[in-house]
Amino acid sequence: MPNNSLANKILSVADDSFILGHRNSEWAGHAPILEEDIAFANIALDELGHAQLWYELYQELTGAEPDRVIFFRSAAEWRNTQLVELPKGDWAFSMTRQFLFDVYENVSLERLVHSTNPRVQEIATKIRTEEIYHLRHTSNWVKRLGLGTDESHARMQRALDELWTYALQLFVPLENERELIAENVVPDLGILRDAWQEKTVTHLSASGLQIPENIDSVPNLRAEHTEHLAELLQDLQQVARSEKFGVEW
Amino acid sequence: MSEQEKLQEFEARIARGEKIEPGDWMPEEYRKQLIRMISQHAHSEIVGMLPEGAWITRAPTLRRKITLLAKVQDEGGHGQYLYHAAETLGATRAEMIDALLTGKAKYASVFNYPSLTWADMGMIGWLVDGAAIMNQTMLAHCSYGPYSRAMVRICTEETFHKKQGMEQVIKYARGTPPQKAMVQDALNRWWWPVLMMFGPHDSNSPNSAQLIRWGVKTKTNDELRQEFINKTAPDLQLLGLKIPDPALHYDEASDNWISGEIDWDEFWRVVKGDGPCNKERLAARRDAHENGAWVREALNAYAERFEGEG
Repeated sequence: MPNNSLANKILSVADDSFILGHRNSEWAGHAPILEEDIAFANIALDELGHAQLWYELYQELTGAEPDRVIFFRSAAEWRNTQLVELPKGDWAFSMTRQFLFDVYENVSLERLVHSTNPRVQEIATKIRTEEIYHLRHTSNWVKRLGLGTDESHARMQRALDELWTYALQLFVPLENERELIAENVVPDLGILRDAWQEKTVTHLSASGLQIPENIDSVPNLRAEHTEHLAELLQDLQQVARSEKFGVEW
Repeated sequence: MSEQEKLQEFEARIARGEKIEPGDWMPEEYRKQLIRMISQHAHSEIVGMLPEGAWITRAPTLRRKITLLAKVQDEGGHGQYLYHAAETLGATRAEMIDALLTGKAKYASVFNYPSLTWADMGMIGWLVDGAAIMNQTMLAHCSYGPYSRAMVRICTEETFHKKQGMEQVIKYARGTPPQKAMVQDALNRWWWPVLMMFGPHDSNSPNSAQLIRWGVKTKTNDELRQEFINKTAPDLQLLGLKIPDPALHYDEASDNWISGEIDWDEFWRVVKGDGPCNKERLAARRDAHENGAWVREALNAYAERFEGEG
């Protein structure tokens, strides 16, 4: 059922944006400079907004309401990558994660805007402009922290070493994703990975950072999560689940 | 012109309703009072991000999550805007932040109370932002141009925050029994701290008279507080909520809602740093500042090495 593969794909995209936005929102009020309390909150807001658009499409495909999908699913039912569920860490960690994700979103969106599915095309077009700004912002940060002081450099390198393998999970295809690629609904993840690799390596190297050589095993299934997701969901869902689904908040 | 003549000209300008702008002559005391007020206001926005920020991860719907994060972000923006307004008077951001972190500068005491349940997000939006709007609407007419313009801009956004808060309180007051209980509990805890937001009694407000003469304030603390009670008490009661003040009553002769006596001991205790959350709030700000030190150093180092290379 091609519609099912599309729904699965859209859910994975929505979950990635949502969980990343959720993690980034934890910086609001705690960022290293006031300007970033504002800017990083804005990036988090955009990610949540993009998640909303994808969840709406998921609802069109499956009938499942976004708030039910977000607030009444257990960890094993989430389809985000482990990359986005890891705790926010220090500023170097959050920035490096956002940068790696932004490059992925950019190479993905520049192809999704040509999707043969009109709704995917429409949403991708809406989102893409904002993502270009995100990438500009995080690229600047990577450069400044990578080339700033010994300490900032060391923190960035550590973050990159930790995150690199996790980021590669973004390019593991879902079951039946081939059908969607064949119909030009979504781009081939192998092509995306090459484009991502080229862009990240160029910028990270120019920022004085080494690309990790030893790659741990990449998490294979999006149903598999770290223990951090369960904790995150406990926090995320506690108020909503104090009442039955359908009670208005 | 002698100092005396300059002062007379300054006061005449204010009496004519003119705005004082950054380069203009102003008495040292006017400058000092404004830096105190504006930076205190900025700090309130920054510390105010904390009690609500703590609930972003727990917001019960996607829409609530987005609006709450946007609200907290707005507060950061207001803080930044106000720090800039204070900078036009010669204060620096570093000095002001240092004064906050060392406990020398004050911020709105109301943020030293804990936010314990989700219903607090509605109550803070309606009452705390509502009270702030009364104060800021007055300050939008203040004699110092940059502060007055900042207030016009900030009030527009605060009005949205208040509407979002009201919408939530109304929904929960008509909601399920646990929602009703939650919103009543929130009102019980926030009502008095919000009334205290307007500051001490006029008889204990040493700066007020001069600030009114110089057109910084146009109403006294007690006048604003009364306006707030008149505006808010009937609406809360209409929703079936009980205001935690047994003495509260409507006085027909003056057309005012008369409240019981504020616990001024508690007021001064919290102002002086001994409220339920003073230590946590400052610790959170200090942590953010200290944990961010290496980031700011890196930015400076980068700027020194590469600035000018484009």
